[in-house]
Amino acid sequence: MKLFKTILAGAAIAVGLAGGANAADKLKVGFIYVGPTGDFGWSYEHDQGRLAIEEALGDKVETTYVESVPESADSERVMTQMALSGTNLIFATSFNYMDHVLNVAKKFPNVKFEHATGFKRSDNVSTYSARFYEGRTVIGHIAGNMTETNTIGYIASYPIPEVIRGINAAYIAAKKVNPDVKMKIVWVFSWFDPGKEADAATALIAQGADIIMQHTDSPAAMTIAEEKGIYAFGQASDMIQFGPNARLSSIIDNWGPYYVARAQAALDGTWASTDTWDGIKPGMVEIGAFSDKIPADVQASASAIKDALAAGTMHSFTGPLNKQDGSVWLKDGETADDGTLAGMNFYVEGIEGEVPQ
Amino acid sequence: MDFSALSPIALIVSLMVAATPILIAAIGELVVEKSGVLNLGVEGMMIIGAICGFIVAVETGSPWLGFLAAMAGGAAISFIFAVLTQYMLTNQVATGLALTLFGLGFAALLGHSYAGIKPPKFGTLDIPFISDIPVIGPLIFSHDYMIYISLAIVAGVWYFLTRTRGGLVLRAAGENHDAAHALGYKVIRIRIMAILFGGAMAGLGGAYLSLVRVPQWTEGMTAGAGWIALAIVVFASWKPWRIILGAYLFGGITVLQLNLQAAGANIPVAYLSMTPYLVTIIVLVIMSADKKRASLNAPACLGRIFHASS
Repeated sequence: MKLFKTILAGAAIAVGLAGGANAADKLKVGFIYVGPTGDFGWSYEHDQGRLAIEEALGDKVETTYVESVPESADSERVMTQMALSGTNLIFATSFNYMDHVLNVAKKFPNVKFEHATGFKRSDNVSTYSARFYEGRTVIGHIAGNMTETNTIGYIASYPIPEVIRGINAAYIAAKKVNPDVKMKIVWVFSWFDPGKEADAATALIAQGADIIMQHTDSPAAMTIAEEKGIYAFGQASDMIQFGPNARLSSIIDNWGPYYVARAQAALDGTWASTDTWDGIKPGMVEIGAFSDKIPADVQASASAIKDALAAGTMHSFTGPLNKQDGSVWLKDGETADDGTLAGMNFYVEGIEGEVPQ
Repeated sequence: MDFSALSPIALIVSLMVAATPILIAAIGELVVEKSGVLNLGVEGMMIIGAICGFIVAVETGSPWLGFLAAMAGGAAISFIFAVLTQYMLTNQVATGLALTLFGLGFAALLGHSYAGIKPPKFGTLDIPFISDIPVIGPLIFSHDYMIYISLAIVAGVWYFLTRTRGGLVLRAAGENHDAAHALGYKVIRIRIMAILFGGAMAGLGGAYLSLVRVPQWTEGMTAGAGWIALAIVVFASWKPWRIILGAYLFGGITVLQLNLQAAGANIPVAYLSMTPYLVTIIVLVIMSADKKRASLNAPACLGRIFHASS
């Protein structure tokens, strides 16, 4: 289905090219999304970023997007179509577009590419990501304080460094305030499948989890948490409308400022390949308002953690920390370097289970 | 690893919930294919049903009306397919795919202002005393009503196809439309009715997803369920009872692997996730390897265009 949707979308762009060829002085910015823009999660926030570009730069830019693009060779076709139709700047907003972005970028050296959450760059490919793990530290702290069954359920998508980093960060923060805390992790191998995400939430609750965290894109788990009367955190978007009682806080991605800056740079001719990894401080990662279900003292300590992360006086991964097998990862007071974080493929000590290979 | 936390009863209950959307959609598609039409638009019809059911349930406060609206919505969109393929003689594969694309986009448009709304709660069976019996109570007498209805639909389809004259005529249209036409049966009319039934069932399955399984509306929330329903029809080799087997097996593996993970079992998740698809491929290979068996099961005129002049 997605394949055909993509082809059709590609065809639509090709048609758009014929009509828009005279708008050559405008900067054309293209986006590809892994899910629908109406997922009220990950892709939704990227689209908000696209709209921010339109708002900030007005008629100097023209934006297009293709949604629900599979992370396969299909994405190459979509990006090729975009490049052929005169798009100057392309944002590829999911991790596994990585190699496809590089392939297309090689063929179109004059088109600028921006790849979200990836780590491979070239002269015309930048990467950018947010330090979501800082947000995980804050919500992990809240979850560790608030769980009564000492069990946090975690719905994970794919075993890539970004997701594993989030699990570790949340666990470390929860463990610090609650030594008995356990984390049950379910991998659904999808970014967006509301039915499966809901089933995963149900399974975790049946296994005793009373707080759910997720690293998938739809608000399905939040809905189930609301129904079952337990707690959950908004992911990528605030999601409060899906769980007015269940939502404790949220990690919100705010791509707008970055997208506007990059589009402006492309307009000014100052665009260069870079690697951006911003966290709470510049506002790329926002923490949603705390629910009044969170006790005042926990709200205060969570705010303090948030401020310390923003100020740079605290790091989510500060030693002493061991890897899952018991070997030493970080010595007392040592903090993790970005290289290790970017390639993280192991759990920290205390998490049960194995990272799927 | 802690298997004691794995409750077989809870597992079975949640697998039925996970399987019911594809079960209902697949039984509808089975009837369509038995009449000789291949409608690949199941995904599109499901998502239209999901949003129509959701809107009506939210606006009226009645999930039952929502399910009825979902059937009407699914049937309405399948009518487009029926007109195109039966009167305009368009290619069924291409038209079905177009229907899926149209359905996904149109549902997103309809549902624009419905994200984040909570649908009214759908009732579950609760017979005094009987529903409280240990094991049997939760296993048989405590599901939501739609699960019983879905099984009743399968029974009804089986009865209709194998035990009634109408079913015989429908199968005749699917096996040899020229012969059925020569005998004076209205092939086009039969097929249109089958397509409308398939659309209504797909819509019902979609509404089960948005009203019971997830309960919420999100764009693209069927996430491929329609394609699984299509695969299950083939897996079932066009036999109604095997649809239940296929759908429950599929739902079962999905739910079981999620629960095993939550229980901390160390299992290769990626492999387990692909098992249902692998099984479908294997069944397809076995069926196509034996020409005789394949011709016994698949409707002989499946996907072929009928025109009275030819």
